[in-house]
Amino acid sequence: MRRVNRSERVRVALTLNGRRLAAEAEPRMLLSDFLRQSLGATGTHVGCEHGICGACTVLIDGVAQRACLTLAVQAEGRDVRTVESLAAADGALNPLQAAFRNNHALQCGFCTPGILMSFTDLLARNPHPSEGEIREVLSGHLCRCTGYANIVAAIKEAANGTAGAAPNPSP
Amino acid sequence: MQTKNSGTAKKVLRKEDASLLSGRGRYADDLPAPVGTLHAHAVRSPHAHAEIVRVDAQKALAHDGVWAVITGDDVRKLSDPFLTAVKVAAPQWALAVERVRYVGEPVALVVAESRYVAEDAAELIDIEYAPLAAALDPQAACDSAAPLVHPEAKTNEVSVRAFRYGDTEAAFAKADRVIAMTTEFPRLSFTPIECYVVVAQHNPAEGSYDVLANFQGPFSIHPVMARSLRVAGPKLRLRIPPDSGGSFGIKLSVFPYVVLIALAARMTGRPVKWVEDRIEHLVAASSGPNRVTRAEAAVTKDGRILGLRLDQLEDYGAFLRAPMPGPLYRMQGSVTGAYDIANVDVKNRVVLTNKMPSSLIRGFGGPQLYLALERLVQHIAVELHLDPLDVIKRNLIPGQKFPYRTAAGALYDSGDYWRAIEIALGEGRLDELKRRREQARANGRIYGIGFAAIVEPAMSNMGYLSTVMSAQARDRAGPKNGAVSMARVNIDPLGAVTVTADVTVQGQSHETVLAQIVAKELGLAPDDIEVILELDTAKDQWSIAAGTYSSRFASGTAVAAHMAAAQMRDKLKSIGAKQLNVLPEDVELAGGKIRSRSNPDNALPFGRIAATSHWSPVMLPETMAPALSETGVWTPPELAPPTHDDRINTSFTYGFVFDMCGVEIDPATYQVRVDRYVSMHDAGRILNATIADGQIRGAFAQGVAAALYEEFSYNEEGAFLSGTFADYLVPTVSEIPEVEILHYESPSPLTPLGAKGLAEGNCMSTPACIANAIADALGVENVTLPATPRRIHAMLESGRK
Repeated sequence: MRRVNRSERVRVALTLNGRRLAAEAEPRMLLSDFLRQSLGATGTHVGCEHGICGACTVLIDGVAQRACLTLAVQAEGRDVRTVESLAAADGALNPLQAAFRNNHALQCGFCTPGILMSFTDLLARNPHPSEGEIREVLSGHLCRCTGYANIVAAIKEAANGTAGAAPNPSP
Repeated sequence: MQTKNSGTAKKVLRKEDASLLSGRGRYADDLPAPVGTLHAHAVRSPHAHAEIVRVDAQKALAHDGVWAVITGDDVRKLSDPFLTAVKVAAPQWALAVERVRYVGEPVALVVAESRYVAEDAAELIDIEYAPLAAALDPQAACDSAAPLVHPEAKTNEVSVRAFRYGDTEAAFAKADRVIAMTTEFPRLSFTPIECYVVVAQHNPAEGSYDVLANFQGPFSIHPVMARSLRVAGPKLRLRIPPDSGGSFGIKLSVFPYVVLIALAARMTGRPVKWVEDRIEHLVAASSGPNRVTRAEAAVTKDGRILGLRLDQLEDYGAFLRAPMPGPLYRMQGSVTGAYDIANVDVKNRVVLTNKMPSSLIRGFGGPQLYLALERLVQHIAVELHLDPLDVIKRNLIPGQKFPYRTAAGALYDSGDYWRAIEIALGEGRLDELKRRREQARANGRIYGIGFAAIVEPAMSNMGYLSTVMSAQARDRAGPKNGAVSMARVNIDPLGAVTVTADVTVQGQSHETVLAQIVAKELGLAPDDIEVILELDTAKDQWSIAAGTYSSRFASGTAVAAHMAAAQMRDKLKSIGAKQLNVLPEDVELAGGKIRSRSNPDNALPFGRIAATSHWSPVMLPETMAPALSETGVWTPPELAPPTHDDRINTSFTYGFVFDMCGVEIDPATYQVRVDRYVSMHDAGRILNATIADGQIRGAFAQGVAAALYEEFSYNEEGAFLSGTFADYLVPTVSEIPEVEILHYESPSPLTPLGAKGLAEGNCMSTPACIANAIADALGVENVTLPATPRRIHAMLESGRK
């Protein structure tokens, strides 16, 4: 394992949304700050910096993680995906994003990127989650605008879409 | 015309969503900061109340990368205390001066090359405090022996006004019974997920400030900031970003930090940025005020309320920031809620305590009032052995009385409250609730039903707060009243349409609705309209009423946009008439064309005619100013100043909400579970059904949060106990029950759109409705919110005694 001095700035290289990028970081720098301030990926939002609200959730090697509880140096050499990776190059929304739009599942949109990344992870692992499984993952996120109901509806629609209208039994 | 709306509507795709879903939102912290920007971190008080003996910043200043440490002494030299709505000897600057008055109060500001460095240096600042006794409980703080939050004010109870509407004494004299109850509404916030952000620059050559902040309005606070900075209004350019991560009233209170960071920019000569973190936000950003209400009703034995007496003691924490005590006066005209009560005495009392200052919050005075009023109505039913719905019905304002002038002066524009309630109760909804209660109780389970019937005001009269002054003082101060809304429709050289408006974006879908309104008048599709809602006080049109608060959009800015679009439409008709060789009356705008009504083939594309004013202004009809930009200015005359006897039409439109719910309480865990919830809304004409229901669901979740989960707690020394999201419980999806939303539409006759506000109603009704259901379930008189398991346990014990 690479060891770094706490006062030493180190070069952190990672793959962000398919592109190799690198920047300097102090060892204590949070990944959320590194993404936003050093790499310019401001789509990942910071809502609490203590791991509860979920707004900063990103995928690290395909797994949803809190960027505010991860140090930038921990992402060295990893594959990081953020909300900016979801839409097509021409701006077309992917099915999960489109389902959010169809169901009015966001208002201010600040918590939304984290939720999208958590469900990008879930739907990759489990394309046909039950409503109970959806609610369990969503309970790791705080949203103050919507009251959540439309978010659940959006994810159900997205899950059904990927499943080709597969049955989606409630718990 | 009154119609029932099923609440189902075709899906609307919001204009806002594609960007927000793609990480392309432009929130304050996403926007580029000027080159050379420094970063600030606030050092905050660990004491509820203390003298600041000494601040030693030498070590911090010696730390690499630190540019300045700003203290109360600097702030006092360079700025003035904030103007307040009530003259009280309780000055507040952007930092604590000489004394701290609540845990979390900013005492010093470290400015450094990065936030990390600023936080390192903050630990090197040595502050010596001499702790003082703190005043915390609002009632105890009124005692003459209580510690004084502001000794200069000589009391903590800094404003008391008594109002008498009608003949309450006679009403109480002839009543069969007097039924009374005391309620306490807790302190809480709705904690937007994005915290405060300020980026300030100072230009010493011009003596001007340029500040970006996620401020939400009202812009009546712009003069407060400018005066504090000792500059004329135009020297404080305030820019609001295109996106904001929620607000719910809370982002008004970024304003002291706008001044603080502006001063930091002045002192360092560099741009300065501050991004509030969650810990700071919870401890010090803003709280809704807690209120103790003593309510007494003079009733006949069949439950008719002849008179009402309210004593409302509201706790604003350590400072009375403008526009406080708003929540205590915002409901003044509608203090009798949905009921036809001719006689009412109201005593409004403001108390200061050693807690974080209170300010704007969604619901703004409604939750506090209706907890008292609706708990009282339920209590009247219990005491008189009546059905609560019978008591509601007996006192409700009858449909034929609209427009209805309340005892305290509000003009309720439209409604048929009982009809709306009947629809909500119908289709077996009430029967089902009763059946579930019966069944649960038969099985020994704890189940109760609650109701709440409330009036939801929208678009505040900017003069309502002057009711806090006596009529004589108002005369001396000059009239305050009305509310101006503004929106602008612009046309570009190829005939493309853009809209700007006097709102601040926080997620309410204003882009979508404004596009819809303007497109309709111009015969275009909503997608043809670009809506640009970032706001710049130097270049945009705004008045003191601008911003997004008090549900002013549907009754205010939406109307202004409708007016601007209609003005543009009429001009384009005249221009089109000349080019189509027809009379203006024969011209219509439809399907992207401007055409003859009688001969639709005689048509030109919208853009061709719309662009005329750019390319060919000489060809315009005589005397016409070019149709380049039209501003709609809406200022409804109904928003009169308070009368000499203190009657005040506090808001412009008045919607209605009726809620009904069933709750079950777990006898082992004391957890309250909302089993069924029905919410009926009459918000006049619905502008967009999907967005309306989205707003209602959001308010409902916050209402549930206030009823069951969220509370800012302090211990007996004034230490703050809710400092993280692990301590302050924001409901997740697991805690928010399903709600059945119903609509009944009584269009407002006072606006061309007929629309009222609807996004605050459930913040007002839901805590009261759930509290009533808990009272019914437990058979207790007092229900303390939030009804946490610990409190339910205590209520159960008290009920058993």
